Formats: sequence, structure tokens, C-alpha cells
Amino acid sequence: MPGITREEVAHLARLARLELKAEELDHFAGQLDDIIGAVARVSEVADQDVPPTSHPLPLTNVMRADEVRPSLTPEQALSGAPAQEQQRFKVPQILGED
Amino acid sequence: MTTFTELLSYEDALASFDPVMGLEVHVELGTRTKMFCGCSTELGAEPNSQTCPVCLGLPGALPVVNEIGIESAIKIGLALNCEIAEWCRFARKNYFYPDMPKNFQTSQYDEPIAFNGFLDVQLEDGEIFRVEIERAHMEEDTGKSLHVGGATGRIHGASHSLLDYNRAGIPLIEIVTKPIEGAGERAPEVAKAYVAELREVIKALGVSEARMDKGQMRCDVNLSLRPSPEAPLGTRSETKNVNSLRSVERAARYEIQRHAAVLTSGGSIVQETRHFHEEDGSTTAGRIKDNAEDYRYFPEPDLVPVAPARTWVEELRGGLPEMPRTRRNRLREEWGVTEHDMQSILNAGAVDSIVATTEAGADPAAARKWWMGELARNANEQGVVVDELPITPAQVARVAALVAAGELNDKLARQVLEGVLAGEGTPDEVVEKRGLKVVSDEGALGAAVDEAIAGNAAIADKIRGGKVAAVGALVGAVMKTTRGQADAARVKELILERLGVSEG
Amino acid sequence: MTDIIRLTAAQTAEKIASGELTAVEVTEAHLARIDATDEKVHAFLHVDREGALAQARAVDAKRAAGEKLGPLAGVPLALKDIFTTVGIPTTVGSKILEGWIPPYDATLTRKLKEADVVILGKTNMDEFAMGSSTENSAYGPTGNPWDLTRIPGGSGGGSAAALAAFQAPLAIGTDTGGSIRQPAAVTGTVGVKPTYGGVSRYGMVAFSSSLDQGGPCARTVLDAALLHEVIAGHDPMDSTSIDAPVPPVVEAARNGSVAGMRVGVVKQFAGEGYQAGVVQRFNESVELLRELGAEIVELDCPSFDLAMAAYYLIAPSECSSNLARFDAMRYGLRVGDDGTKSAEDVTALTREAGFGDEVKRRIILGTYALSSGYYDAYYGSAQKVRTLITKDFEKSFEQVDVIVSPTTPTTAFPIGERTDDPLAMYLADLCTIPTNLAGNSAMSLPCGLAPEDGLPVGLQIIAPAMKDDRLYKVGAAVEAAFIARWGHPLLEEAPSL
Ligand SMILES: [Mg+2]
Ligand SMILES: [Zn+2]
Repeated sequence: MPGITREEVAHLARLARLELKAEELDHFAGQLDDIIGAVARVSEVADQDVPPTSHPLPLTNVMRADEVRPSLTPEQALSGAPAQEQQRFKVPQILGED
Repeated sequence: MTTFTELLSYEDALASFDPVMGLEVHVELGTRTKMFCGCSTELGAEPNSQTCPVCLGLPGALPVVNEIGIESAIKIGLALNCEIAEWCRFARKNYFYPDMPKNFQTSQYDEPIAFNGFLDVQLEDGEIFRVEIERAHMEEDTGKSLHVGGATGRIHGASHSLLDYNRAGIPLIEIVTKPIEGAGERAPEVAKAYVAELREVIKALGVSEARMDKGQMRCDVNLSLRPSPEAPLGTRSETKNVNSLRSVERAARYEIQRHAAVLTSGGSIVQETRHFHEEDGSTTAGRIKDNAEDYRYFPEPDLVPVAPARTWVEELRGGLPEMPRTRRNRLREEWGVTEHDMQSILNAGAVDSIVATTEAGADPAAARKWWMGELARNANEQGVVVDELPITPAQVARVAALVAAGELNDKLARQVLEGVLAGEGTPDEVVEKRGLKVVSDEGALGAAVDEAIAGNAAIADKIRGGKVAAVGALVGAVMKTTRGQADAARVKELILERLGVSEG
Repeated sequence: MTDIIRLTAAQTAEKIASGELTAVEVTEAHLARIDATDEKVHAFLHVDREGALAQARAVDAKRAAGEKLGPLAGVPLALKDIFTTVGIPTTVGSKILEGWIPPYDATLTRKLKEADVVILGKTNMDEFAMGSSTENSAYGPTGNPWDLTRIPGGSGGGSAAALAAFQAPLAIGTDTGGSIRQPAAVTGTVGVKPTYGGVSRYGMVAFSSSLDQGGPCARTVLDAALLHEVIAGHDPMDSTSIDAPVPPVVEAARNGSVAGMRVGVVKQFAGEGYQAGVVQRFNESVELLRELGAEIVELDCPSFDLAMAAYYLIAPSECSSNLARFDAMRYGLRVGDDGTKSAEDVTALTREAGFGDEVKRRIILGTYALSSGYYDAYYGSAQKVRTLITKDFEKSFEQVDVIVSPTTPTTAFPIGERTDDPLAMYLADLCTIPTNLAGNSAMSLPCGLAPEDGLPVGLQIIAPAMKDDRLYKVGAAVEAAFIARWGHPLLEEAPSL
């Protein structure tokens, strides 16, 4: 199962929105191949009939009442914005659509 | 849009293909606060004034589930005849988009809170069509973008966008149907009827106002064609954010015709999203759904599982209101109206107003008559629904009572309604101010009757001679001199009395 | 001056409460120590001189007004730069958050302030807590006060180094795979990873949500307990916070004892890769426990051999999602916005420029492990391993009260030695990771110096979930016995800076 190619790394980087440089692709592909080779050991238990644990806590049903709490002020909300206009976050043109 | 799209006629399309639909409806819940934080959901606030570290996705912030959000989801699931999960989790749907602060949507994936249900919808001719529900799950809304620098606020050609996150995190319930098969040529009608019925259910539950015009309810129409009901499903298109009942029907119809044109000319359908255009009812291509799309769902580690206690679920089931279709059938029987009339009442959005008017003491027939007549016409002219008119059911009931007591005739009653709508006050105040009382002073009426007989001797003779039907002309003359403020029945009685003729 | 900085937190608080010292004096002494040493150590990313003195003055005013002071009132603390702090930059050791000033306080920050603990500043760390050496900080490495050419552990190297350099008697760390315990081990200090859910994560910048846990760092077991009590407890802002009383950690720390306790030694925490001096000190610790009246039980936890593999799937998976929010739209760095590029491009350029290598590696690894087609084999299997580890712990804790192990297989390694060998770096957390996967509690405390290099060795104590008090009971007993044997606390052997 293990083995990761440079092309796969490039695809993953696109999914993760990382504009990797060509030399990084080579570098990471080699390292990730090693790491994946090491972590692939988990598949030793793949066939075992063991329930998955996604979380260490046995808690369920943690909820809050539907009561309004104070929000940040718009100034606080926008305080870290790289750019703003009309009390909104200003972002470059959006290409995709959904 | 400028691209010319070939369409096949609807009849030809249906002659060659069997349509299959899938409808995905997003409903914004009417909770006071957002799904995962305590920010207000009130509409119309200043930009970014209803945000906090959680719904802005600030580093370190964590979500906490709104219990009314869960409760509403369960109610919707129960109303749609779904099973309610014993145990389910939220999941993260990972994709980047500037209107989504965390760049993942907290949603549900393979463990929806409600699943396997159905909704029976009634078509125009009374036929019941069962729409199977795949699932109803909880998720959160995104922020709103304002595209600047392009034409008419469109994303294309914009130089930049401005983001307001007030809407980000508002609870959404996504309701997904199973493939709707067997509707044939009625597919568009089924789509519309389903969304309409779903909207009624949501409103009856009180979990959302479900106003499509305000974006509180949005529908995606997935459609594919296949040569016959036995053939495997064809490639589908996904028409996004169709925002009125009429548009749902038009979008389905358009896509049937477009798909059919593509397929009959030997082309193949691209799996893509489509945008619906209100102006001409067309759709245009959006994003291609290829395999690069990988949402990398995994259980949301910042939230713990939701395991609704069966006692709670049963309690909610017990508290469900009468479902709209049942209620409509009951009212139809109580009111003694036809299926068709009931449909008209429904279409006019007048059911609740009529019920409230009868509850305020009016006779159902009278209540129906005013709401579906004068008031529906008025609402239509103003482009609003009847329950948005500035008149209360109690006021309509008062007008009906005045008519029943003989103090107003229909013509005067219409003037009273007009006065109330014009803001002149209550029905009694309008009657008072406009002097709209039926003339019941026998002396004045008698003089008017005598005058009419004298001025129309020939007609009077005919009546004396047995042509009682001619009395209408004399009644008309009396009504004219009294400017309509007379009780027509009493006028007729007086005329016949004077002429010594008895009716029948 | 020297005396003030060498006091324990408990002693400092006592002297402030009695009026022997003022909080301002104490704060000034520590600020002066930072001034004198931090150029060499580089424990701090930001020193909040004014804020610290203001807090100290408020404590002195309270005392003057006759108000009752909390058990750590006026004691200085070094806060890991992963907790949000209103008005003070929070960078998480990353360029992508350079200069970000949060508009809200983490719950832990708020609790420290409410307890009148004086926050001196924010400490250096591996970027987004990913690392075991603090070399992955975008702001340069931190030196180990025992040998400045060596790593102070990570990710919380800044906090541990601040303690070992006597810049602060208390510090806060976070532990996702060992980031509190391993730095404690290699700097000769005490660090505790509380039970998952014991300390609120609200306002703690997430690395791996199901593993991250904030906790106390100190130079003594009692000081750690006092701090633990201040920061622990249920928080309605954190859905994964346990709604139960905080275990009686201070009481346990004041009543150290192992008499009659059953102490487990796990077979799997030994073998290849363990430095001889580390093994030697560990074996002596086990012997000491026996002498102090504990019964030693050997345990077999076969799933622990898969812990590292499971960890390096789960943590990167969660981090690939947690770090998606750093997209240059709402806060933090923005690169390449020249008016011609799209939001998509600006996000990708910013993330490329703003994240360091280790963060990128883990994001890609996590993206891979979660992608359709690999999910079941990787993320899914890792979750099964997690179940098996939890079961091994459960089974073990039926036989013993606590488990002990070396905290980390080696002493502090030289800066630069493992930076381009991620797998070698990951080995540092071999013994600490199982606890994070299962969610139970663990402590590291000094158990001597390795003979071959004269560097500190850590002893790890592991307890069941919500039995954190056992760590302190055992830890206090071991600490007292070692100090009696050595004649002084281990840190007194550290070179003066
Ligand atoms: Mg959805
Ligand atoms: Zn919010």
C-alpha cells in the first residue's frame, strides 16, 4: 500500500492550498514516502473487528441553551483583517463558486 | 446569459425519456442564536456585528451545539416520518471558500440525525404522490459575499469581494430526497408540490418561517433522464439555489428539455452545477463536479456525539402539531369546499387567515369569501401574500358580522375593507367615518321606491301583469338613488308590496 | 534577587501573602532575569513587561486593601504562545500569525488572570506545536539551559527552558503527543498532561483537537499541582470539557506516598533506541519506588507498538483541517495580494510562505490520510489502534495504580541533529504518545542525570483518566526521595547562565 509519488504530493498540496515549489515537491515526496511507509503499520489491525475510537471522551449530548451571548464588536471582529472596506473583510476576487 | 442552449419541446422530451429528480432543500432554522455559538441570528444587523471568535473561525475558538437546533432537527425528522438516530455525530466537510471561516463546514456525513422518511404531497388534481426522504441533517450556513467592481454584483469580473459573517454559523437543516422516480411528465409539478408541502410542514412546526424570498429556504434541483424507467440512472445536473416555488417547477422543466436536447443530439450530460436564471427560467453551467473534489469528511473532534434519548424523541413526537395536509383535509371537510377550491386557498396562502377569521366568530363561507375575493385581489395587486395585508382576521370577522346583521351589504362591506386596508381605522370606524350604513329608514326607502315606480311606469305595469322578474330594474333604480346604501332584499319586498304582487 | 528567582511558586506566594515580598518585586526580579538571560536562551517570543507589572501592582493593592489572595497570587508565569491573550500577540510560533493580537482571552488565560497569576509573556514553541525540539519555531530555536547547544524539547521548549533558566517559577504548556512532558524531561523540570477534558481548550490554538491538552509546568510537583488546580475545571465553552470536580491534586502533592501502591512497568517502553543512561536512571527509579513501598508489576501492552503510527495519522489528519482557517482572509499573514491574483491564489501563496516545513509535511500527510480511498486504511485503522491502546490501558489499570516509564528515550539532543529527519524526530515521543491517544493523565519529573552526558532524564508517571491526583501523590514521594538522595533539587546542578 505505501508509496507516494511527486504527482500525488502535488495533488494533495492543491487540495490543502499550499503553493509548493518544485524543489519542495521533491523533498516532501521523499520524506512523506518514508513517513507513510512507517505509519502504514496501522493497517495491521485493519481486519480486526475493533470499533474505531475517534475521541478519548465517552461524553454525549453536550449542548447549550439557545440564549444570545454578546458578540464581538465589528471593530474587534475586523481587528486582524489584512484588509477591510465597508465594515467587511476585503478579500481578493473569488474565482470558484459553490 | 448569452450562451444559446438548444431545448427539446417538453412533450418530445417526455416521449423519449423518463426523468428522475433529487431535491435538496436547505432550511435556515429560526433559533435565537447560531448553531455553535451564542451570536444572534436577527436579520438586518450591521455587517459583522453578529460574530464572535467561534463563528469567525478565530484560532482557538470551539463550537458548542445549540440544543434548539437539535430539537428542531428532530421535529423535522419526525414530521417527515423519519427514523431518528440513536447516536450520531457531526462531521467536518473540508473545502476552502472565503465565505466559510474555518474552511470546513460543520455538517453531518454518514450519521445524519434523521433518515428514511417520506412526505406525501397532493398534486393539483388531488392525486397523492409519495416523496421518499433519504435524510435530514444538521449543518451551518456560510457568510455573505458582496462582489465589487464587476457588473451587477456578479462574481465574474469582480475586482474583489467584501465579506460579512453575520450569517456564518446560522443553523441549517438539509433535507435530501431519495431519487424521485415515476413522476413522468408531472416531475416539475411534483418538485414544486414537494417544496410547497415541505414549507408548510416547516412552518407548522414553528422551527422556521421558511421564507424562500428571504433565503430561509433554498432548493437544489438534481435532475437526470434515462431512456426508460428500467434503464440505469443517467448523469445528473445540480441546479443550485432555486429560490421560489415557481422557479423549482421551471428549473425542473428546463433541465428536462435541455437534457433531452443534448441526449437526442447524441451528446452526453456533464455532471456539473447549474445556475438558475429567474428572468427567463433558464439554467447555465457552473462548476464541473470532477473527482478532484474530495471533502475529506471526518468526525468533528471538537464536538461530542448527539444521542437523543428515546423519551425526548417520543415527547417531541407527542407534541407535533397536526400536519398541514391532514389539517387541510379536515378544514376542507369542515368548510365543505372542493379539492380545487382548497388548492386555490392554499395557493393564496389564506388557510391560516380563514381559520383565524372563523375562530373570531365568522361563518367559514363568509371568511373564505372575503379572504379569497376582495382581499386576495388586493394582495395580488400589491404583490404580497394575504396574511401580510394590514388587516386582521378579527377585523374581517367584524365585517362579516355586520353583513350578517344586515347592517352592511356586500358592496358596502367591500368599501369597509378598502377603508381598513387604507389605514382609516377599524371596520366600525370606517363605517362611521364614511357613513356606510344600509338605509333601513322605511320612510326614506319608501319615498325612493315610490319615485322609482313613478319614473318607470311601463316596467311597473309589466310587473303588475305578472312579469315579476322585471323587478330587478326597479331595485336597481332604488339602489342608484340611495347610492347603494339600501338593503336590496328589503327594496324588492317594498316594490312588490306597493305593486300588490307576491313573489313566486 | 537571585534568591527570589530560585524560590518555588508555593514559597513565593506565601511570601507575597505574608508581605515579606511584594508582587512587583517578584515580577521585577523575573523580568531582570529574562533581560539577563533570554538573549542566550530565547525562551520568550514576547515579554509583556507593562502588563505583568500592572498585574503585580493590582495584587499588591489587593493585599494592601486586606483582600484575601489566591494560592498563586502574584506568582509570575510564562505562557506558551498558543493561548489567546487580549492585547498581546499570539503567534503559535508561526509566521502566518505574526503580529496577530487576539480579541479574546482563552479560558485558561482568563483563569490565570482571575487567580492573580502574573503573566510575564509568551513562550517559544514549535510552530503550531508540531515538533519535539522547538526548532520548528518560525522565530528561531530555544536553547536548553543545561547546554545551550542542545534542544529544550518541544513543542513547549520555551516554557520548559524558562523554568530551567529561573525566568519564571511557573509555565503553561500543551501536550498533544508529549509537548509538556518531553521538554520537562530534557530540562529537568516537572510537566503534567492532565486528563483530556480536564483543562479547557477554548482559546488554545488547535493542532489536533482530540489529543491536545493544556497543562502545568513547574520546577516542583507541588507547584505544578497548585497551577493545575487554577487552570482545571469544566468550561461550557469547550464541549469536550469534563463536567466533574477537579481531582484533589494539591492535597495529593502535599501527601506524597507510594506505600502499598501497585506500579506498572510496560514491557514495550524499552529496547532499541533507548539511551543507556536513560535506562539506568529509569531502573534506579523503579528500584526507588520499590524501596518506598510500592509493588512493581510488569505489564504487556502490545498495541503500544502501533501508537506512533496511529498518532502520525490522527494528529496530521486533524491538523490538516484545523489549520485550514489560516487562509489570509480574516486575520494573519496575507501574501501576494497585488490586485491581480485571486483569493484562491493568495491563500495558497500565503500558506506556502507562512507555514514551515514540518507544518506543511503534516498538512499534506493529513490530507492524504483523510482522502477518499485512503481514509479506511489510514485514518480508520488508526482509530482502531486507538481503541486497542485504550483497552491496553484499561486492562493495565485493573492491575496497577500507576504506570512508570522513561519520559523520552534519550536526553536532549544537539540542535540541528534531527531537523531533516522527521522520523528520527518523532521517536522523542515514543513513550508519551499512548497517553494522548487514550486521553488519560501523565507527568514527567526529573530522576537524575544521564552519566554519559550529564543531562537530565525524565521519569514518566501515567494514571487513569480523572485520577490525576495519583500522579502528584507518587510524584511528590519520588521527588522527595530523590532530593533527599541528591541533597538538593536537580536544577541546582544546572550551569549558571
Ligand atoms: Mg449541505
Ligand atoms: Zn458567533
